[in-house]
Amino acid sequence: MELKIPDLCLVVLVGASGSGKSTFARRHFLPTQVLSSDYFRGLVSDDENDQSASAAAFDVLHYVAGKRLEAGKVTVVDATNVQAPDRAKLIEVAKKANVLPVAIVLDTPTDVCLKRNAQRPDRDFGAHVVKRHRSALQRSLKYLGKEGFKRVHVLRSESDVDSATIVYERLLNDLRHETGPFDVIGDVHGCRAELEELLTDLGYQVQRDDEGRAVDAIPPGSRKAVFVGDLVDRGPDTPGVLRLVMGMVGNGHALSVRGNHEEKLVRALRGHKVTVQHGLEKSLEQLAHESEEFRRAATKFCDGLVAHYVLDGGNLVVAHAGLPERYHGRASAKVRSFALYGDTTGETDEYGMPVRLPWANDYRGNAMVLYGHVLVPEAEWINNTMCLETGVVFGGKLTALRYPEKELVSVKAHEVWYANDRPLETLVVQREPDVLALSDVTGLRRIETSLLGAVTIRAEQSASALEVMSRFAINPHDLLYLPPTMAPTATSQRDDVLEHPDEAFAEYRAAGVAQVICEEKHMGSRAVLLVRKEGGAIYTRTGRAFFDGALGDELLDRVRGAAKPLFDEFSTDWLLIDAELMPWNAKASGLIREQYAAVGAAAGGALPVAVEALEAAKARGIDVTDLLARTAQRSANAAAYRAAYERYCWPTDGLEGVRIAPFQLLAVEGRTFHDRSHLWHLETLSRLEGPLFQQTRHLVVDTADPAAGVRWWEELTEAGGEGMVVKPLANLGGRVQPGVKVRGREYLRIIYGPDYTSPENLSRLRKRSLGRKRGLALREYALGIEALERVARGEPLWRVHECVFGVLALESEPVDPRL
Amino acid sequence: MTTTHQPATDLGHLLHKHPDRAQSFTTSSGVAHVFYPKATNEECTVALLLEVDPIALVRGPGSTLTQYVNDRPYAAGSLLTVALGSVFRTAMNGRSESYPELANTPIPLVIRIPALPHRLADRLFTPLGWTVEITEHGERHGDVTLTGTVRLSDALKHLYVLLPVLDGGKHYWVAADEVDKLLKAGDGWLSQHPDKELITTRYLARKRPLITSALERLADVDEVEPEELDNALTEPKISLAAQRKEAVIKALKQAGAQRVLDLGCGGGALLRELVKDPGFTEIHGVDVSAKALQEAARKLHLDRLDDRRRERITLRQSALTYADTALAGYDAAVLMEVVEHVDPSRLPALEHSVFTVARPRTVLVTTPNVEYNPLFETLPEGQLRHSDHRFEWTRAEFQEWADGVAERRNYTVSYVPIGPEDADRGAPTQMAVFTSKGGKN
Repeated sequence: MELKIPDLCLVVLVGASGSGKSTFARRHFLPTQVLSSDYFRGLVSDDENDQSASAAAFDVLHYVAGKRLEAGKVTVVDATNVQAPDRAKLIEVAKKANVLPVAIVLDTPTDVCLKRNAQRPDRDFGAHVVKRHRSALQRSLKYLGKEGFKRVHVLRSESDVDSATIVYERLLNDLRHETGPFDVIGDVHGCRAELEELLTDLGYQVQRDDEGRAVDAIPPGSRKAVFVGDLVDRGPDTPGVLRLVMGMVGNGHALSVRGNHEEKLVRALRGHKVTVQHGLEKSLEQLAHESEEFRRAATKFCDGLVAHYVLDGGNLVVAHAGLPERYHGRASAKVRSFALYGDTTGETDEYGMPVRLPWANDYRGNAMVLYGHVLVPEAEWINNTMCLETGVVFGGKLTALRYPEKELVSVKAHEVWYANDRPLETLVVQREPDVLALSDVTGLRRIETSLLGAVTIRAEQSASALEVMSRFAINPHDLLYLPPTMAPTATSQRDDVLEHPDEAFAEYRAAGVAQVICEEKHMGSRAVLLVRKEGGAIYTRTGRAFFDGALGDELLDRVRGAAKPLFDEFSTDWLLIDAELMPWNAKASGLIREQYAAVGAAAGGALPVAVEALEAAKARGIDVTDLLARTAQRSANAAAYRAAYERYCWPTDGLEGVRIAPFQLLAVEGRTFHDRSHLWHLETLSRLEGPLFQQTRHLVVDTADPAAGVRWWEELTEAGGEGMVVKPLANLGGRVQPGVKVRGREYLRIIYGPDYTSPENLSRLRKRSLGRKRGLALREYALGIEALERVARGEPLWRVHECVFGVLALESEPVDPRL
Repeated sequence: MTTTHQPATDLGHLLHKHPDRAQSFTTSSGVAHVFYPKATNEECTVALLLEVDPIALVRGPGSTLTQYVNDRPYAAGSLLTVALGSVFRTAMNGRSESYPELANTPIPLVIRIPALPHRLADRLFTPLGWTVEITEHGERHGDVTLTGTVRLSDALKHLYVLLPVLDGGKHYWVAADEVDKLLKAGDGWLSQHPDKELITTRYLARKRPLITSALERLADVDEVEPEELDNALTEPKISLAAQRKEAVIKALKQAGAQRVLDLGCGGGALLRELVKDPGFTEIHGVDVSAKALQEAARKLHLDRLDDRRRERITLRQSALTYADTALAGYDAAVLMEVVEHVDPSRLPALEHSVFTVARPRTVLVTTPNVEYNPLFETLPEGQLRHSDHRFEWTRAEFQEWADGVAERRNYTVSYVPIGPEDADRGAPTQMAVFTSKGGKN
């Protein structure tokens, strides 16, 4: 005996104690698929037969069943389930997860049950219990279908039970084996002429009957048309559209899901009482001229349409009003209703139309979802979904999307077929701003990157970043990238410095990098420049706008003006550039005043006076020689400290004095450049001309013979430079540091304090540990590149934002800020 | 410190430090050196030089740059005070076995402190009989000279108490015995000082914990002051706060709201009022600042609240610029003094989160009415009420925004003034009451 059940369902076994449910379940299902009430009683009470633990046991059982069904796992409940209220709870669990409940009844005769129980010492509860189960079961049998079980299998004898086999059937909406390619066509609404034209444009050959009526269209190659529903109503020739589509579907040339208009038309044609409005009157009138036979066929066709299809191995979902991921391939009244009507609030607007929720904004699924129903001015992507209802019947156009090519094809309406009782623009659903969900960024996250595989962001890191991101960062729409942190080179063992280029060159040589580029480090503030043909942003390492209001706009205008050659060369509407913005005090003035200037002033005030006093004491013949020497040295260090930070500050007035040193072209429309040599980047960006821009001095060094590089660093830092950054010339990624900084001896006074160069201080500071910083640098770099690649591929904003947010989250990690 | 009391070298006796020797003492804040640049019968100068180990000064993960490199090793502050109290303890107590009379006599003294945070120096030292001269090194530090005729022990006590007070921060945790130290060192002069409250508060002020929050580390990355980022806890201290809460609760009651969202709850000022009323059966406070939520939990005494009240309260971190489905299904949402902390460019995202995703039946939004600002006497002209306010709206501007929201999101809106109303300028706070047009949540 074959028991057919859907390949995703909740199987409820029904039978008296001793009817053989557990044996049956063991034979046909995996142990993990079977949830037995005995087992759960044991779980909560240490005693499988403790009936007083039943309530708690079923609570847990229902919870586990819900989780399994949510995950799309067939689940079998092994309990007597002879009482309707017990079954109702299970049906509720199934409905909540939008899967079908199925009942398999083991109607084993009472004497067999009693015999079996007698063989089990733990079941000493007597015959009356089994008899009670049996009579409850008998009373239930004929109501199981009504209770909501989609299939009911009854096994009436021991031999039925023994011979039963389970056969899985796919759901009606499961067309994963249909791999296309497809031409997905938006709402037709009775516009037959436009449909014929569109099909022809798509390469279909329209077939006609003796009367010249279109009855089929033969697709080019192995393609297939997929209609998103609402074939009918409002337009001039609903019967003609139905005739054509019915022919195509019947001949395997097309698929169609059901729209809300088909739903209502069927009800009207079957004689149910419906309000005839919104174009239904047109269909009914037109169909009245058709033969009874055609009307019957049309009714049957429309009534047979499924509410949504899952196609191409699960990569494509078509539903009339769209469908969130949790409903894909599921079956319930709720899923059906969503597919037909969308997510409505239950409210209506001033025109009496339902207020709709923009489900696509929240869509985060992998499958592409194509739908219609909601009027849009242009078909456009929102989070891997696209609405194809471009209003042909209202004088707009009929649109198709070629899948998997993602090409749009459309034909204009021949005329306005249906005048609306409200202005057209109010029908168009306003596109929301790019909406990001809290769940896109919070909690423990694993972000897949092309360079490093999965990068993990801990929940507390996300929490810190959330505050900074939401209170201070610019609009995520413009925040496409955040620069990674950069580790310093390994600590030098020389007795006079903390950092020296030798270690940087040695590190890359050991990693097999033959050539590196040394770039002068500009002591300013890191700036990312998103330059759009209109708009854009210049922002800091944590995503804050550099300059507020008009000043920011003006700076952006100047960059945009200079970037004309780049816009042309890359034929793009935007450029994303990594740069340093000088002077340092343009952004950090508060910090410099409160921190660096204060230290300099205090040291400069105290130490010379101390030296003076010590000299006076020495002149009196007091032995203060050592203390005097030390203090004089500290006084000199303090002067050097002041000189070090003052070098990087100069007065600015508005944008006067501001300079930008661009060093990497991160991305343009459709492309990233992180695999290009750094020379290419510097050369390309050198075309940004004008007093605003500062070139970055650089030198290519052979890691086998780095002497020239060392000399260059010495010259740079002796002249007061901050130092340099050493990067693999070819711009590698992965496990090799994307760059290390080698900072000058004097510059590091700002970071480590005026007296860091004294031998006893240096020897302690040398114990600094770089591991964490280096790990962060790699992960942040990988996240940054991943963000750029996602931008270039045109992925939804949330996918880009996830990476950008990840960089900020990692930056909240406590590492030694002096590194 | 110089005296012209004659014989001037008696200063060495009073201090118990010989004028012809240089001495060093190890103290908990560093090595203190005492020597005499001048020691004649007419004039004697003693110098105290504290060598601080800057690298040992700060330890621990999560320290910010500010804690690594700062003015501690150079400026006179609590570190110097510790050295002073240790090296000159006997003199400070006014005890001198050999010169008891001199120790008890005011003598002419000149004290030079070459790097001292000087802002309050004049104000605090002058009432104690000192003439104060300041040569500024910059905004914060100055070379300060005090001239006066004062008992040596009093002079040392003045320094002991006032150096850290001027500095405004102590380098160590303030323990209970600090009060005793203050009372002892302030004996005989502090109680008469016109600024005794200021001195007491600042002397006992807690320094920020050494282990800083992630937020401060991020501020470090961006090279801004942590205070610029961390202002979620500061509530504007205007008497309006109580009236605002009252008006909000009244509006919630009128709307029949039982399940209420406090969006941007901060330290929980409104939550504490809501909890008192059992009519609010579910109270869900969210804020973007984890620190603010901790503060709210602490002030609500969540850990020792009885189950019935505890179960009514949920505190969660969330951000109104992100869509948060956990906020859906409530009767009402309150945004009390929140929108003005959001950049105008981010308001559409907030609008979506609140009015479409959360979509409670009632939404209350309060915000300052900028027209009223000139009536605040202490508020400088043109300045906003809080440094983090991204804007403050006129009544017309607020209504333009709120009317637009209502139209776009299918709500009706009415306006309620909060606080004393001025005929021309309106009330200091304005509130919009949004009501969903549909009957359902």
